[in-house]
Amino acid sequence: MFDGLFNWFYQFQVSFSFLLLSAIGLAVIFGMMGVINLAHGEFMMLGAYATTFLAVKGVPLALAILIGALAVGVFGAVIEMLVIRRLYGRLLDSVAATWAIGLILSQGMLILTGPSIQGVSSPFGSFSVGAISYSWYRIVLGVVSLLLIAGLYILFMKTEFGLRARATIQNQPIARSLGVDTARMYTLTFALGSALAGLAGGLFAPTATIVPFFGTNYTVEAFVTVIVGGANALVGTPLAAASLGVINAALGTKYGLYIARVGLLLTTIVIIRVLPTGISGLVERWRMRPARQR
Amino acid sequence: MDTNGFGQSAVAAKVSRRQLVKTSALTAGAMALASKIDVNYALAQDEGPVKIGWLGDRTGDFSLVGVQKYAAAELAVKELNEKGGILGREVQLVAEDAQSDNRRYQEMARKLLLQDKIDVLHACFTSAGREAIRPIIDQNKAIFFYNNQYEGGVCDNYVFPTGCVPDHQVVPFMPAVMDKFGKRVYTIAADYNFGQLTAAWCKKFVEANGGEVIGEEFIPLDVSQFSTTITNIQNAAPDILIVLLVGIKQSSFYEQKNSAGMQVPMATTVNMGQAYEHKRFPAPALSNMYVTVNFMEELAEGLGTDFPERVRSVAPDLEYVGMECAAEYEGINMYALGAEKAGTTEKDAVRKALESGISFEGPGGTVSIDPATHHTVRNIYMVHADENHNIVLDETFEAVRPDWLSADMGCDLPNKPDNTQYEP
Repeated sequence: MFDGLFNWFYQFQVSFSFLLLSAIGLAVIFGMMGVINLAHGEFMMLGAYATTFLAVKGVPLALAILIGALAVGVFGAVIEMLVIRRLYGRLLDSVAATWAIGLILSQGMLILTGPSIQGVSSPFGSFSVGAISYSWYRIVLGVVSLLLIAGLYILFMKTEFGLRARATIQNQPIARSLGVDTARMYTLTFALGSALAGLAGGLFAPTATIVPFFGTNYTVEAFVTVIVGGANALVGTPLAAASLGVINAALGTKYGLYIARVGLLLTTIVIIRVLPTGISGLVERWRMRPARQR
Repeated sequence: MDTNGFGQSAVAAKVSRRQLVKTSALTAGAMALASKIDVNYALAQDEGPVKIGWLGDRTGDFSLVGVQKYAAAELAVKELNEKGGILGREVQLVAEDAQSDNRRYQEMARKLLLQDKIDVLHACFTSAGREAIRPIIDQNKAIFFYNNQYEGGVCDNYVFPTGCVPDHQVVPFMPAVMDKFGKRVYTIAADYNFGQLTAAWCKKFVEANGGEVIGEEFIPLDVSQFSTTITNIQNAAPDILIVLLVGIKQSSFYEQKNSAGMQVPMATTVNMGQAYEHKRFPAPALSNMYVTVNFMEELAEGLGTDFPERVRSVAPDLEYVGMECAAEYEGINMYALGAEKAGTTEKDAVRKALESGISFEGPGGTVSIDPATHHTVRNIYMVHADENHNIVLDETFEAVRPDWLSADMGCDLPNKPDNTQYEP
């Protein structure tokens, strides 16, 4: 009984952390800036490459992941200043531009490093519950995703940066007239989203093959989670990752990965139909309901 | 080899039938040549360089194998030119990158055939890609060498599938691994025609050898997270896990299985030999993985061939020289022998010459084309990776004949035109 429950919990938290980490960078950029970053997967790939290069050179894995995330964050800031900045309010143009950036990144990496580089193993080994053995690293990923949500909440709700960022999103001209350097806020937010993508790439690097097309492994899940979650990255993304994680884990355990994938996409279709603004839109409506109903 | 599921009497009966086939093929070929040759057409084709078309995955999900196959093509063409070309004419490699994309396969196959007017096409890695272009090949009556391991069963006058098929790989292999580890088998396979059909082959031979398939999962090609699969396998606790995963994304399975601490002997027809998982993943992720191959870089020394060094003379950065690299090289050389034998690059004549039983001394030993099915008779090596990922040769099966198509399905291309893919 405990074995079964633990297995279920393990599978759920694996799906949850996978979906959350894949999506969070995309969600921050989309939710805060209204930019759909189609190069998101390639930003993850950059994080995975940076992490792997460093880890193979002997840098401790945790440090390598952090440096990788920072590097992708800096790269994101540069991209924002060179390209994205010119495309605010032009949704389709930014989609095309970021898609092109993604293509350049993955094909450029292919030219630079060839079709694959030697990866690193997952650390921490395995443990057993009943007859089944599990990976400790997957548990660590789950813990990291929870910490990440807590950290983002503090960053956006409790710091001055968060206040200015939210002001910029809510009403850019007024924030600007009150002395907020909104251009800098956009750059920093984009850099943050990029760094989160890089962090996810670095965290996934030990579990996957390191190839220039690494990012495409996660793009579908990332977009599905963001669509289901809606515009608010802090509320929507964790709830979307949790609900999709339940479906993914349950169907995967019972019927295999194919049906799990079908279930994931069907759920998304239904949610887009029923909740066009995603889960965070629902939460928002609930919070904004008239006082007498409370 | 006596456990291959086909009775001895069937083999004996086949020998005489094959001879009959051969004789009639030659006669038919001679008659066709005498009656049908269009002189102008033949002349037009016999001028200028011989154009070897190459279409494969130099980028994308299957590029780990694609770059090996391209290097093999470069080497084969370079060596042919050094020996004076084909029929005294220069050999030219006309290559396109299909980018691991089936639509691009179709587009580029048409371009190579219709615009570049290639004399032969050496193409494809996945069976999905092959089936995508096969109608185009048949329509244009081209010569298509599919120099790649696959699930078997293609009986097509215009196609020469020269790589390994289940006759080579599964038939000698299942009894050997089942004797070693036990009879309860679990299969995970890529969810497309290759995975489905090879899994069916494995099931057939597991059951023929008194075993049982206790679980099967077919996994979409873009899946790279295997957590639930790993648990489901552990719950079933099989003696052998048959792994038929394909592409870069699915190869993440090994690292994940390793970090979850799952230990089970594995068997495959594709892994290690194609995309060198044992080199790419830290040991012991692939330890106790058994595979049947026509060639692997580690076998070169024992086989006394300098093929890997020669390949690297044209592609110095190549990370691995695997089974499909050797198959591609052999395929192009067999085409060259066919054209020499025909005395022309005119396609019908070359096809007839190839059907007369061409043999080539390749990196993995002698390879000959079986006239009835266009497949190859070749040596097969069963190897496994030890706990340090060193490759250990377990057994050599010499001159394995791909007989199922002709014996059980009646495939007899020289006498009975066909374009079907038969299924087990």
